[in-house]
Amino acid sequence: MSGYRMKRAARLALAPSVALLIVGMIVPLATTLWLSFRYYNLMNPALGGFAGLSNYEFFLTDPAFAQAIVNTILLVGGVLAITVAGGILLGLLFDQPMWGRGMARLLVIAPFFVMPTVSALVWKNMLMHPGYGIFAWVAMKLGLSPVEWLSNHPLLSIILIVAWQWLPFATLIFLTALQSLDHEQQEAARMDGAGPLDRLVYIILPHLGRAITVVILMETIFILAIFAEIFVTTSGGPGYASTNLPYLIYVQALMQFDVGAASAGAIIAVVLANIVAIFAIRLAGRNLTA
Amino acid sequence: MGSIKLDGLKKAFGSQTVIPDANLEIADGEFVVFVGPSGCGKSTLLRLIAGLEEPTDGRILIDGRDVTHAAPARRKLAMVFQSYALYPHMSVYQNIAFPLKMAGEKADVIRVRVQEVATSLDLLPYLERRPRALSGGQRQRVAIGRAIIRQPAGFLFDEPLSNLDAALRVSMRTEISELHRRLRSTMIYVTHDQVEAMTMADRIAVMNAGRIEQFDTPLELYRRPANMFVAGFIGSPKMNFIEGARAREYDARTIGIRPEAIDWSIDSGKWRGRVERVEHLGAETVVHLSLDTADILTFRTPLDERLVAGRTIHVSPREDSIYRFDGEGRAIPGPKRNP
Repeated sequence: MSGYRMKRAARLALAPSVALLIVGMIVPLATTLWLSFRYYNLMNPALGGFAGLSNYEFFLTDPAFAQAIVNTILLVGGVLAITVAGGILLGLLFDQPMWGRGMARLLVIAPFFVMPTVSALVWKNMLMHPGYGIFAWVAMKLGLSPVEWLSNHPLLSIILIVAWQWLPFATLIFLTALQSLDHEQQEAARMDGAGPLDRLVYIILPHLGRAITVVILMETIFILAIFAEIFVTTSGGPGYASTNLPYLIYVQALMQFDVGAASAGAIIAVVLANIVAIFAIRLAGRNLTA
Repeated sequence: MGSIKLDGLKKAFGSQTVIPDANLEIADGEFVVFVGPSGCGKSTLLRLIAGLEEPTDGRILIDGRDVTHAAPARRKLAMVFQSYALYPHMSVYQNIAFPLKMAGEKADVIRVRVQEVATSLDLLPYLERRPRALSGGQRQRVAIGRAIIRQPAGFLFDEPLSNLDAALRVSMRTEISELHRRLRSTMIYVTHDQVEAMTMADRIAVMNAGRIEQFDTPLELYRRPANMFVAGFIGSPKMNFIEGARAREYDARTIGIRPEAIDWSIDSGKWRGRVERVEHLGAETVVHLSLDTADILTFRTPLDERLVAGRTIHVSPREDSIYRFDGEGRAIPGPKRNP
């Protein structure tokens, strides 16, 4: 086939996915963009027409916005710290030869298959509940008073729940990366007098560089958009203490019925997510090609 | 400063014994090659000496000091691996400096030592490069540099040339021999290539199924193999083994004749046979001959146009070059001819 016809065939083959992408992404995005410039409040249908930038002004000057940004950053940063550190430790553990390793590896990925809503409810009612949660029971057994996790440490609780969900993913990626580590390199390091800690710092962590980048990239994209866990546990509260950007947009649209302002918030979230994505992909690109 | 002694060394993985009982004494400054077919335990033996494997039984002594359970780094041995095992995220400089850094050496001492080593190995222009950006031979030299910088009592090489192409292998072989001449330290070198073994070694340990069959100089191994395994392993093409009536004539179960110790002629000789296959190698010709029994005889001879497949010729072994073996494959010493 000639180059020209080849190109046309390739375009033809790509067409369905491009069409799907337009329908699934561009149309909602365009609609949101359109709505963000209009007065559109479900409580006040009479009010309408072009709003200019007032929806943006309203959303950006809302005191809850600043807190939601901080909460989003804390949530992403906290979960990343726990899952990367914990994932490397668990990966190293599961890389050791031991009895029942295959079974253990299967079990470690189990939390990843639990729906976010379900896992958040389990954490809320079975683990963190101050009355009959397991944490409270343990605290009582130790003679301490139970911690009211969701009301006193709402953001920390959410971070723990989300970290628990994403730990298996990180562990799995690190475990696969560890298995591709050249055995002779480790042995050479032993001959060169490197102890276990030296080997971790000089051999294992540099080898895991790419895997760490991949985990950070993937998790950032998903954790920026965490919603279900907040919805079923704290509902963003107390106050705005555990409200992140997606949850704030939800509050704006479906609890205050201000579709215009919510759309403006969504566009801001898209812009922020893209800024993060550009940085992340640049970082990853350097790390992945190098 | 680098004598190594293995005393009743045994290694088993679970129920499988890889090395039943190894005894070996390597003198200081000696270049010793472990050679044998794959799976004969030569690499395991090297790894036991290195400390990368724990022996099941027996002792390892370096300079008379018992190091059987000492950590690899405490044995004052350096190892060059088959894959070179360079650290891919470190520069050549950092790779070579790594053992000194681990030993807690000062930065300026390290810099001087790395410069010295890099100069001696022609690596100065590449110090800032990553291993990925080096050729096979250069990587090999970095691996050697990382080994010599600690000034170890002995070097261990685990099939270091098997990843190189044929031409480079020959020149690296010379370089390693040169290194040995210069450093005068003990070296143990594992290979399955008998040419490497014969050209480099002071003494060779021929291994088979975990046992050291014979430990001697290359020429002694060639001249006086202790058994049929060594006789068949050293020399290429391999020694011919003949059993039955022809062997009984020499009062042995089996006789061995090297391909280079057979004369041929068209019309007269001790044995008659048919030429099956002729390999012209240029300088010499290798002929595979089927004797009137089932035996196949291989011999080498200068190029001759008359040697063509299907032709019947006569051959005679040189009587003083016939090796005799008993029923267990051990060499029978003494007069070779049946009186």
